[in-house]
Amino acid sequence: MQINSPKFKESSRIALEDANLQKALGNLRDGFPVKRANAVDRMPEFDKLRDEGRDLKDHIIANLDFYLEQFETNVTKNGGHVHWARDSDDANKAILEICRKSGAKTVTKGKSMVSEEINLNDYLEENGIQPVETDLGEYILQLRKDHPSHIIAPAIHLNLDDVSDIFHEKHGRPRTDDPAELMQEAREMLRKQFVAADVGITGANFCVAETGSTIIVTNEGNGDLTQTLPKVHVVITTIDKIVPTLEDMSLFLRLLARSATGQEFTVYNTLSTGPRREDDVDGPEEYHVVLLDNGRSEMIGTQFQEMLRCIRCSACMNHCPVYGSVGGHAYGWVYPGPMGSVLTPKLIGIDKAGHLPNASTFCGKCESVCPVRIPLPKMMRHWREREFEKHLSPKGFRFGICAWAFFAKRPALYRWLARASSLTLKLIGGKKNRIRSLPLKNGWTLWRDLPAPQGRTFMDQWKKQQSSK
Amino acid sequence: MSTSRDQIFGNIRLGLKRGPLEGEALEKVKHRLAYHPSSTTPARSDLPQEQQVELFKSMATEAAAELIELDSSSQLPQAVAGFAKKESLKQLVSATADELMQLDWSETGDCKLLHREGKPGDIASLTGSFAGIAETGTLMLLSGPQSPTTLNFLADIHMVLLHESSIVGPYEAAWQKLREQGDSMPRTVNMITGPSRSADIEQKLQMGAHGPKRLVIFLAKD
Repeated sequence: MQINSPKFKESSRIALEDANLQKALGNLRDGFPVKRANAVDRMPEFDKLRDEGRDLKDHIIANLDFYLEQFETNVTKNGGHVHWARDSDDANKAILEICRKSGAKTVTKGKSMVSEEINLNDYLEENGIQPVETDLGEYILQLRKDHPSHIIAPAIHLNLDDVSDIFHEKHGRPRTDDPAELMQEAREMLRKQFVAADVGITGANFCVAETGSTIIVTNEGNGDLTQTLPKVHVVITTIDKIVPTLEDMSLFLRLLARSATGQEFTVYNTLSTGPRREDDVDGPEEYHVVLLDNGRSEMIGTQFQEMLRCIRCSACMNHCPVYGSVGGHAYGWVYPGPMGSVLTPKLIGIDKAGHLPNASTFCGKCESVCPVRIPLPKMMRHWREREFEKHLSPKGFRFGICAWAFFAKRPALYRWLARASSLTLKLIGGKKNRIRSLPLKNGWTLWRDLPAPQGRTFMDQWKKQQSSK
Repeated sequence: MSTSRDQIFGNIRLGLKRGPLEGEALEKVKHRLAYHPSSTTPARSDLPQEQQVELFKSMATEAAAELIELDSSSQLPQAVAGFAKKESLKQLVSATADELMQLDWSETGDCKLLHREGKPGDIASLTGSFAGIAETGTLMLLSGPQSPTTLNFLADIHMVLLHESSIVGPYEAAWQKLREQGDSMPRTVNMITGPSRSADIEQKLQMGAHGPKRLVIFLAKD
């Protein structure tokens, strides 16, 4: 996917004025958070499971080399192949080679954010192989030459009309605005593709070291048809998806379904272990797992290690006021929302993604709903520090911070200035106690009034309160 | 030149500030794989078997699966024939699992019974099942020569025979049951909770995306 993260500010402004997008985002804000809350209420142990999920992920990362080796050994023992990919280029080449060996012309694809990360579709097309997305949301996006704006609800930025239009245009059938009919249309169109495909590519939600299995979690069943019907099944996933045992996987499945869609359990949880067995009458003849690193191993032992706990549930973005206002495309790359604001700078560089960790009010909602308790705001702060250290932040911002630091280091002066500004703002606020426009700070007052301070600083009030005790 | 694999492992160990695991640390992780300890299992499914069956029924129904209860699996052919008649099914593709093959299928009326893997265009399929998981009303199906995976996904209506005695509480109990079978992992393990669905259009739930539009569970008391 093309990187548009440097244009975050501009993209956000456009997003805020896009009435269709705002309508679509309304469906998100009213949907996922309520469903998640209901599901969590029905599971009294949920917070305990989150603690256990966090601890288990930390254990896995601390022993990642061991579990990866075990996974590789067991995939191989079951007749599958593991391909190690250090970066996107490695992964794309490995997948292309598998496709070429099997003489593939078309490949079907289950939903995979990792395949977006490595830009797999473009790569395959450039090399004469046609990828066909089969998840309903991804299929709609592929027809529109669009990209996902959410990691589990890829077409969340679209409305019914958009889907009706593109299906009418591409399928050549009478236009309908009945969602059930639209889905039936996609079902019929894709059936042919499922059967025609030579290779099926899926992601993996988890890789089980104990058995050498990969698991996909879907509601539609498209991933299952993708991996069962073609001759070859390729799994593209990353090294942080490893779990030790089936029991450990079960813990994460409980957390994932509830945090993601608020379901008790996702409809299809499917484990794949190796290719078809000797007497099997269906299933793929080859099973390949491409394990991508792409900078993840470098996060171990750094301030960003805890990000490797992420199970890609999307709860953080579903609850984020910034994501809910501007949508996923504004973030300008594959992973949006709070998890993207931490991961993207690592994957594409802080020089390109510097706006993202700044696009947060630090309200803390993301951390409070994260099933593996990733301290997302803390890590966004780390990125802000790095951005500052690398002199990447804008001049005005740097000047402001330096000026603030000058006063903060001189408490007497700081208090005097705080008192003076507070009084001045109170005067400007007048009777209404609101400030309609403020020089140098019109980024705030352009959109809403600034509530005026009450005239006394925190320190003054504190002193008064203490002395009256 | 070092391979990608070497570089990835090198990076991981550099970050962890150690070489390959050895000694006690190695024994600890090996132990985890060998004894696969469970995390907290929700109290909801910690019930006597009878109540687990009730929990399975309510959770499966909530997930939009249809339930048809039978006193004995010997009633399955008759129940399937009745269902086929009601739905005007002309053809049913069935797995060849022993639990299905040992039943008397001579009276299925107008509905023709085929034994093969699933194919595009199939209207209805019938399979057995390995376990029912009460916690979320989930079926567990294993692939094999007598139970091809395509039967679980290609038909519009997927019918499944489940014995009450195969119902367990949490997922962990189903893994235990699978381990007790002794064989290695089947090629495919399907955990299925209700029929296929999608909410990709405006976040509104629609049933019947790419998998079966209906999931019908024949729950037999024996």
